[in-house]
Amino acid sequence: MSETTLRAWLLTETPQSRRQAAWGRSYRGWLLFRRNKLAMVGLVTSIILVLASLVAPLITPYDPSAQNLADRLAPPTLAHWFGTDELGRDLYTRVIYGGRITLGMVVAVVVLVAPAGLLVGSMAGYLGGFVDRAMMRVTDVFLAFPRLILALAFVAALKPGITSAVFAIALTSWPAYARLARADTLTIRHTDYIAAMRLTGAWSGRIILRHVIPLCLSSVIVRVTLDMSGIILTAAGLGFLGMGAQPPTPEWGTMIAATRGYILQQWWVPTIPGVAILIASLAFNLLGDGMRDVLDPKQR
Amino acid sequence: MTLLPARLRRISGTIASVPITLFGLILVTFLIGRVMPIDPVIAIVGDHAPPDVIARVRTELGLDRPLIVQFGIYLVRLLHGNLGSSVMTTHPVTQDIATYFPATFELATAAIILSIVLGIPLGVIAAARQGSRFDHVVRVVSLAGQSIPVFVLGLIFLLIFYVKLGIAPGTGQIDVGYDGLVDRITGMLVIDSAIEGQWDVFWDALAHLAMPAIILAYFSLAYITRMTRAFMLDALSGEYIVTARAKGLSGARILWRHAFGNIAVPLVTVIALAYAGLLEGAVLTETVFSWPGLGLYLTVSLLNADMNAVLGATLVVGFVYVVLNLMADIAYRVLDPRVR
Repeated sequence: MSETTLRAWLLTETPQSRRQAAWGRSYRGWLLFRRNKLAMVGLVTSIILVLASLVAPLITPYDPSAQNLADRLAPPTLAHWFGTDELGRDLYTRVIYGGRITLGMVVAVVVLVAPAGLLVGSMAGYLGGFVDRAMMRVTDVFLAFPRLILALAFVAALKPGITSAVFAIALTSWPAYARLARADTLTIRHTDYIAAMRLTGAWSGRIILRHVIPLCLSSVIVRVTLDMSGIILTAAGLGFLGMGAQPPTPEWGTMIAATRGYILQQWWVPTIPGVAILIASLAFNLLGDGMRDVLDPKQR
Repeated sequence: MTLLPARLRRISGTIASVPITLFGLILVTFLIGRVMPIDPVIAIVGDHAPPDVIARVRTELGLDRPLIVQFGIYLVRLLHGNLGSSVMTTHPVTQDIATYFPATFELATAAIILSIVLGIPLGVIAAARQGSRFDHVVRVVSLAGQSIPVFVLGLIFLLIFYVKLGIAPGTGQIDVGYDGLVDRITGMLVIDSAIEGQWDVFWDALAHLAMPAIILAYFSLAYITRMTRAFMLDALSGEYIVTARAKGLSGARILWRHAFGNIAVPLVTVIALAYAGLLEGAVLTETVFSWPGLGLYLTVSLLNADMNAVLGATLVVGFVYVVLNLMADIAYRVLDPRVR
């Protein structure tokens, strides 16, 4: 199929199949998204970050934990693009590997949180009554804490480290998703096709899983993208306070905490991981902002 | 007047949900305190205490009782305003919190004032000129504010303004030379020194407050600007704006009186939420600037595994957060005639 016929097939007003309609809708969304230059910058940067993390060993010249005390706190040179840290480890290598840790934490949190929030929210919204009230009270409690502070208390109770940090961030993140899914479900549950499903005798579980949750997905996806920067910042904040990833793990926040004392003489050592956090978090914010314009009809 | 009872009833409904939330908050902090890996008895008596002492302290603390009884004891103690003692400072945690909280309050209030004064006009103008270069710049600047970690910004500001340019004072709340000159009235140095008329202390305290407050303000400025812009865009698309234009009113009058007048109420909610959000930013900012507030107290206690202090501070922060949210909710219901 040539490009013009593909375009015509995608944009036709009279799609012949469900698949064609779905592809056409995605394509229209993409055309809308592409018009937003800042969102495109966010998308490209995010893709680069993900790729760099995946192939980190191939694009870094050193081992992230290889020390060279003779060459510590070196300024950026051709041999060490970003200089070296307090133990003579290559900063460029560590920043790239840090992306692995940070993005890995983000993925872990999202995988834990999005399905849980969706399920709780759609059940509360669809079933209503006591289930709804009880579940929403639970989300109220978790939303009553500032995220970082609750995460800090959780990590302190468990043991500082990446796993605890992921669980702590997940525990503080799911209520927002539950609220979102519930709000969507409340509008969906009174629609005619749900009533039709009920008439055919489908049980609640099937209706929630097959007919309610898929419709909540788009707002959850937008929320996930916008939330990623929040997760990155919370993870870095935990690391900075010594409650997240522990040294010698090359996590960005942890790296800043370990080298903040050098800011007066070797300012680039703590600043470079800081810039990495800024870039990653800004990229996801821009991406999420653009996705919201496309996927959330209320914002148009 | 006939509408008032209905509105009051709804507000009391909102207030009634608060105790349930607070109860949950207490339950969560209690459970966190019980799953921690550090034995609270060992934390008090030390590793080498004889077994009978350990057993006695365990009974005194009620740790040999079932979990639900322990929770009851915890609740009763809380109702008496007893959060236990801090191992680190040896003071009761409530006393410590009373000492450290005003500094956080001072910092957060200065930050929220800054971000309201700057954020609202920026948001309004960005909305009035939607799609212009100004709008794009505001968008990027505010997104950057939501993306940069406050501790990184804090370190960079210290580097530039304190180390390189030398125009800002360093960390802390006051210069060592002025320390202890002012009697503690509110605990907020800027206000205390002004009350006592010690103006050189006042200026020094204000100078110390400026940098952390600006950094914290940037964080909430981003949020307030974006929300103001979104509300204004919504308001400007209203039909009453078309009517106002048709009447021949000036652009500024339409913008500020007709459109802004209608978004003032939801903005109150946004500001209250932003204020609550500053508590979180304050933890990191205070760590970077050695600002003697609740955030610094919390992080230092964390590193020393001082669980009473950690849980007490967490509970207080949660409490303030709930109260601020409640106030936002009430303000919305009282001020907005549409919510009836």
